[in-house]
Amino acid sequence: MATYLFIIGLLVLSSAAFAAGRRRALAVGANRRLHSRPIHHGLYVVLWCVVPAIAVLALGSFFEQPLLGSFLVVTTEPAVIDQLGGREIFIDKVSALVKSGLVSQEPQEPLRLAALHYLNLQQIVQAGLFVFVLGVALGGLAWGRRALSPSFRARNRVEGFFQGLLIAGSAISILTTIGIVLSMLFEAIRFFQFIPWHEFLFGLQWSPQTAIRADQVGQTGAFGAIPVFAGTLLITCLAMLVAVPVGLFSAVYTSEYAPPKIRATVKPVLEILAGVPTVVYGFFAALTVAPLVRDGGGLFGLDVASESALAAGLVMGIMIIPFISSLSDDVINAVPQSLRDGSYAMGATQSETIRQVVLPAALPGIVGAILLAVSRAIGETMIVVMAAGLAANLTANPLEAVTTVTVQIVTLLVGDQEFDSAKTLAAFALGIMLFTITLCLNVLALRVVEKYREKYD
Amino acid sequence: MTDAVITKKRAAPSRSRSRARAEKRFRFYCVGAVLAAVAFLIFLLTSITLSGYTALLQTHVRLDVTYDAAVIERGGNRSADALMGADYGALIRQSLMTKFPNVEGRKNLRRLFALVSDQARFELRDRITANPDIIGKTEPIWLTASGDVDMLMKGYMRRDVPEGERRLDNQQIGWIDLLSSEDSIEKRLNVAFFTHADSRTPEVAGIWGAVVGSFYTMVITLLFAFPVGLMTGVYLQEFATKNRWSRLVEVNINNLAAVPSIVFGLLGLAVFLNFGGMPRSAPLVGGITLALMTLPTIIIATRASLLAIPPSIREAARGVGASETQVVLHHVVPLAMPGILTGTIIGMARALGETAPLLMIGMVAFIADIPQSFTDPATALPVQIFLWADSPERAFVERTAAATLVLLAFLITMNGLAIYMRKRFERRW
Repeated sequence: MATYLFIIGLLVLSSAAFAAGRRRALAVGANRRLHSRPIHHGLYVVLWCVVPAIAVLALGSFFEQPLLGSFLVVTTEPAVIDQLGGREIFIDKVSALVKSGLVSQEPQEPLRLAALHYLNLQQIVQAGLFVFVLGVALGGLAWGRRALSPSFRARNRVEGFFQGLLIAGSAISILTTIGIVLSMLFEAIRFFQFIPWHEFLFGLQWSPQTAIRADQVGQTGAFGAIPVFAGTLLITCLAMLVAVPVGLFSAVYTSEYAPPKIRATVKPVLEILAGVPTVVYGFFAALTVAPLVRDGGGLFGLDVASESALAAGLVMGIMIIPFISSLSDDVINAVPQSLRDGSYAMGATQSETIRQVVLPAALPGIVGAILLAVSRAIGETMIVVMAAGLAANLTANPLEAVTTVTVQIVTLLVGDQEFDSAKTLAAFALGIMLFTITLCLNVLALRVVEKYREKYD
Repeated sequence: MTDAVITKKRAAPSRSRSRARAEKRFRFYCVGAVLAAVAFLIFLLTSITLSGYTALLQTHVRLDVTYDAAVIERGGNRSADALMGADYGALIRQSLMTKFPNVEGRKNLRRLFALVSDQARFELRDRITANPDIIGKTEPIWLTASGDVDMLMKGYMRRDVPEGERRLDNQQIGWIDLLSSEDSIEKRLNVAFFTHADSRTPEVAGIWGAVVGSFYTMVITLLFAFPVGLMTGVYLQEFATKNRWSRLVEVNINNLAAVPSIVFGLLGLAVFLNFGGMPRSAPLVGGITLALMTLPTIIIATRASLLAIPPSIREAARGVGASETQVVLHHVVPLAMPGILTGTIIGMARALGETAPLLMIGMVAFIADIPQSFTDPATALPVQIFLWADSPERAFVERTAAATLVLLAFLITMNGLAIYMRKRFERRW
């Protein structure tokens, strides 16, 4: 309730600020030419009104919790505090109770009273903060309005602020990257305090169980990541075996052979494949493809695991097809027509031209596309979570079940978590490996494509 | 290479035939690849549609239920609380016993009661709380049958397998056949699937909770990703000079676009949940995480559509005295808006189908309530699909496929809207 009132108050104040700024600009500009348009004067006052107020609000909310705690301690009798376990524990207990929303059901008399008192204080502090912030907004309004004069460069100020805002917005993407790197780095460093890094990188045994009791069988989990990476590699290779030929030939067809009408229908159909959510592919793999592969293997007398790498790899390959086809299509289209014409003039057939002139010329771009597709396949999660296995097998047999980096991250982190065990922290170590590998592949691919573009532009 | 072509020119007729054959073969591979891709797509869609469409119907049983006042009111108390808490299961059991009077013994009765879903009592409860006047009367009412009966009626449970391997025995099937010969068993529109939240009992599990969760998540994603993406795109394309900062942002965005989605989930877990102390499983956190993932798509789309606005527009605006900001805000950005919005819709569609980051931040919990706010525990539609795909009951398979169809319908609508907008507002300069 108070929050809504506050928001309405701030909105009213800011529109008042706009009106005030505009009116004043019109008044002072009645007989002299204004430097900026009245709307800029209005916006200038609005900025003065809103920005300091929001800054104060953010600061206030940040300090609200500790402030409330000390208010609570000051206004409670010391005997009660001691009875409930001293200052810190008392504050923790009360705020936890308030957060749970079950104050009225708390059986312990002094604690319940303290919590009610806390709620009261919270209301007072919040109301005080709101009033103070609105006061700041009003002050800002007056301050901003004072500066207005016909020669005042309100437009430049407003536009300067606006540009600053744009730069701040673009900083968010940088902050995201920093956040990714730092968050995973910190957790990974904690992991490597449990497990030496060489054991993680070169160990051949992956069974991330840590014991609940110290004397349990197999209480020391094994964190050798080689089998996990081998599994990822196996599934990625299988996916590429499907995606590269199909994607590349499709790209050749759409860019070289297809009449415009067919091209206009085939390309969107391929893009639908890219738009299907990965969880749907995963369901498809588990529901349809895995039984098919198992039964098909059974026909030949082969023993296929029900979560075989082959099923996951096949479906992932289907998912990757549109990446390769659309990227390669662009690259092939970028090969200058003069090369083709030259080849035809020498009497080469269309397929000879494609194989011996167009594809070699487009090769760097195609390699870039394949690298991007590999990075996509390595980072793909849902298909393998739903269709690949959990146990880490060090094998190159596509009919057996293997596990991947992403599957391990999901299984380690879904469910109840304690953040001080090697088991959950291992997920972050795997995560940072995944991030590094895909980043390198991506940078490499972009480099290759860039180089290629320069050649023909 | 040149030499080779010259020798080919002078080759014998048989050689040119083999070259023609090679040409045909190559063309065949190309067409074959396209057909294979299209066939994969058709196979995927039909296999999901075929296993999903049956979930639109749900088996119901018609029973003559007597709304026995002695059971419902427990001592003449007709207050709302008493009506909510009454034992409606007893009414269903009574009605089944009247229908099949010669079934005796606890064990047999339990097998009889298993024909009707144990959630059907809530249907009776809703019927009576909405209309307390019918207490004391008897009326025929359609109640949800149990999941096993549903599977039998839909033909997923085969009658010809040995009795011990079926979840329904011969006597139960006999009862069902008796009911269906009286037209008292029927497949009706599965309303529960579209109006309920998740449940452990397949016959009453629905997607509405997940749809609402997805909606809240998408609102947060849009509120966060669209302004930030727009600001970054406009800055990079219109204001940034080629300096170190703009180059850094640019490289960074290209790389973020290729970061696996699960890594964003790890970021959300470590930063928002562990460091920021935000609530687990909440659409708020899911939305922000997905927004970070969607940002590069929106930024790239924004830049592309800004780039497509011809310089003449800018020059005309400058010519009448607009400042650089006014040129961009009053002329370039409004003209580029259709393209930006199209890119945003496509990015949102991708975010809607995304699952992995949501698993990391705990939106994978079993949640039987429909979320009411941005901070309530919730799940999302793709996560619901993932959860149901893991369930062992046969009845969940068709529900998973049906939920998939619903998700695909949403995505097709969004992408269709994007294509329509592109067609409708696209301007060739």
